[in-house]
Amino acid sequence: MAIRFARSKSITHYVNKNLGFHGSCSLDSKKCSFMSSTIPPAMKRKTSLSDPDNLVASAARRFQSVKAGGRADYQLAPDNDREIQGLDFPGGRVAFTPKLRFLPESPEERVPCYRVLDDDGEPISSHGFEEVSEEVAVKMYSKMVTLQVMDTVFYEAQRQGRISFYVTSTGEEAINIASAAALHDDDIVLPQYREPGVLLWRGFTLQEFANQNFGNKADYGKGRQMPIHYGSRNHNYFTVSSPIATQIPQAAGVAYSLKMDKNNACVVTYFGDGGTSEGDFHAGLNFAAVMEAPVVFICRNNGWAISTPIEDQFRSDGVVVKGQAYGIRSTRVDGNDVLAVYNTIRVAREMAVTEHRPILVEALAYRVGHHSTSDDSTKYRPVDEIEHWKMVRNPVTRFRKWVERNGWWSETKEFELRKNVRNQLVQAIQVAEKTEKPPITDLFTDVYESPSSNLTEQEASLRETIKRHSQDYPSDVPI
Amino acid sequence: MAAIFQGIGTTASLSTSNSFDSKRFQFPSRRSYLSERKGNLFVMRSEGRIIGGSKGRGTSPLVTSAVASKAESSSTSTASKPGHELLLFEALREGLEEEMIRDPTVCVMGEDVGHYGGSYKVTKGLAEKYGDLRVLDTPIAENSFTGMAIGAAMTGLRPVVEGMNMGFLLLAFNQISNNCGMLHYTSGGQFKIPVVIRGPGGVGRQLGAEHSQRLESYFQSIPGIQMVACSTPYNAKGLMKAAIRSENPVILFEHVLLYNLKERIPDEEYVLSLEEAEMVRPGEHVTILTYSRMRYHVMQAAKTLVNKGYDPEVIDIRSLKPFDLYTIGNSVKKTHRVLIVEECMRTGGIGASLTAAINENFHDYLDAPIVCLSSQDVPTPYAGTLEEWTVVQPAQIVTAVEQLCR
Repeated sequence: MAIRFARSKSITHYVNKNLGFHGSCSLDSKKCSFMSSTIPPAMKRKTSLSDPDNLVASAARRFQSVKAGGRADYQLAPDNDREIQGLDFPGGRVAFTPKLRFLPESPEERVPCYRVLDDDGEPISSHGFEEVSEEVAVKMYSKMVTLQVMDTVFYEAQRQGRISFYVTSTGEEAINIASAAALHDDDIVLPQYREPGVLLWRGFTLQEFANQNFGNKADYGKGRQMPIHYGSRNHNYFTVSSPIATQIPQAAGVAYSLKMDKNNACVVTYFGDGGTSEGDFHAGLNFAAVMEAPVVFICRNNGWAISTPIEDQFRSDGVVVKGQAYGIRSTRVDGNDVLAVYNTIRVAREMAVTEHRPILVEALAYRVGHHSTSDDSTKYRPVDEIEHWKMVRNPVTRFRKWVERNGWWSETKEFELRKNVRNQLVQAIQVAEKTEKPPITDLFTDVYESPSSNLTEQEASLRETIKRHSQDYPSDVPI
Repeated sequence: MAAIFQGIGTTASLSTSNSFDSKRFQFPSRRSYLSERKGNLFVMRSEGRIIGGSKGRGTSPLVTSAVASKAESSSTSTASKPGHELLLFEALREGLEEEMIRDPTVCVMGEDVGHYGGSYKVTKGLAEKYGDLRVLDTPIAENSFTGMAIGAAMTGLRPVVEGMNMGFLLLAFNQISNNCGMLHYTSGGQFKIPVVIRGPGGVGRQLGAEHSQRLESYFQSIPGIQMVACSTPYNAKGLMKAAIRSENPVILFEHVLLYNLKERIPDEEYVLSLEEAEMVRPGEHVTILTYSRMRYHVMQAAKTLVNKGYDPEVIDIRSLKPFDLYTIGNSVKKTHRVLIVEECMRTGGIGASLTAAINENFHDYLDAPIVCLSSQDVPTPYAGTLEEWTVVQPAQIVTAVEQLCR
């Protein structure tokens, strides 16, 4: 994938240890040190949001910290060192500098991406990673295969005209399954639309997927949404809503709700590289940081937003660097490496829950399939690029090599699994096709808690029309 | 001006319903409205006031009248009059606080609602009592804190979102339309969104075009939401409570110029119905439908009209979506003439929809075409004199009634 990256010219390294705002923030330390010890106690901004007893005291402190009168331009440190002269500004002390300097628009090196297995499924280095048990590994692999087969079969069904629309997750199976595997069942998931793997992991059956795609009576959404707009309260998976990035501020809200209830769960929300351009991304991350909400933001950077490549989407070093702008701890991971993703999400979740902070994870991958069944991506990108990622960097084959090397998988099992899943899917589609559509009443229910007067009127009017023109009304839709 | 009227007016209009031809159109029973039916929360339309006098919250029986009752006698001193006096923004706060005490899942979010107490002081004092988390100060991103409220509501909280000015909620239109109104439906009923979105709107005193918007006309089409407009301290508190208790998303429209209205409201707890209109002044000659601030312009015009010998019936429609066609219909059948007075623009405003609804349902009862007085289709100018002329004035209302009743 050709990514043009503007290298910075000879700008001096911007990480200046003297700058008051930047403290050390390694992944090991439990908290970031933002302030030096010379700041008077009144300025310190304690994280009191989770501690109700401290609230009244913190209210007083908040007002104190924004008092402009206390600002002295030259507060000398006790040892009179001229270098620590600074401005006592809300949020911390800012040191002065006689040299005009700009933060470079892009760092010298791109943020490295965490990876555990190489392209052949061999563990890279001696750096230990959390070993995954056979059971979990095999389950992850089977679910990835299931997702692949499901995508193929439903895509074919759409091309045959049996469902109206479908969106594949080809190339992103690892992100889907491995991240789901690293979460707990009561973590609440707010998807964009390319994450059915999470539902698959949590036990959504192929029949349930088919029901939603066919919009029949058994669909939990009661046939009201397009295909692939799955949603299941029981699986803690919010219903997919088409507009991009609207789920991001909602995720902050769900985390807020969890904080009020003092739950030990976290919130996970997914979005693509294109979604990070939306205003909702900016504000959702900002809110989550300000509120110290336990959200894990997972960006599936798959290189394309329909036909917009990422160099037309943003000019930053991907999405990972945007986290720091909001005060959010971020990391970048190889999205096609199952074990890396699994480990990253597991650690991110732990941090979010125990430290009550948001985490941003950028998973690099590639959207092998078209954006949806309404798209033909060969029109805007070279076919050999697609082939390269499909063959050489396929996450499923890569993980398969590792699992097979451990003796947990075999060719026969592969064959059996694919055959079984395909048969189940074909069966599920046939059942879903034959199942009745939702009745006319469902057109008017759930708009409100109970139907309003104008809706009742409209329903009566519609029924009358149907009765009068019954020959024009489809016979497979019950009244 | 205080808005205190006889509760009898309400029952009088109900009793005339028997004389109507019910075969012309089917009206669903009054009971099948959107309100939930918990045991002691059954909100009735007739006057069902229980004389209590206790100040206990939540334990005392509910006052269930749609309008405040007139005080016993004006000659008694203030101390012995029932109820307590307060301003409209205090009434909103009282309603909000009572609901926050009653239900720990009720929370407030918006810009400057916490320590600052809200731009119009509706949430003053709440942050100190309930904490930073339950009364949340948000960064300036309307789409996002509305989205946040939706996410929180889907997981069990009951957020009250404050827009500093209704006009800013245009930034939240995406979340309100695509998610707030739709997610209960598209999720097949799995997730409900009991949010309340409130804030001041309407034309103020020289606030400029961007701060003088009437959002009710933009939001009225969104399926899945309810809209109500309050106009007096009594109905402000009652509607606030009803909106919070409702399982549907409700948008509560307040008006910038009405926050300092003073009225005496009952001590007992009361909740109003979200789908009911309020009979402000019963009459015989013409039905004047209005809401929010225009109610006061209409009442001022009514004084002039009464002196001139007319008997206007004034109804504050309160419920902007859905319209209370029951009360309105009964009135139209009695007077046969309708005048709508609103602050919305002429094109696509609440008045336009109301005209269409009345024409559709009550065409045969009208003796004259419906007249709708609304603001012009212009942005509200800053200059005071110009601004005054974009808002319907009592003199215009008087002229319109005279023409209608010729």
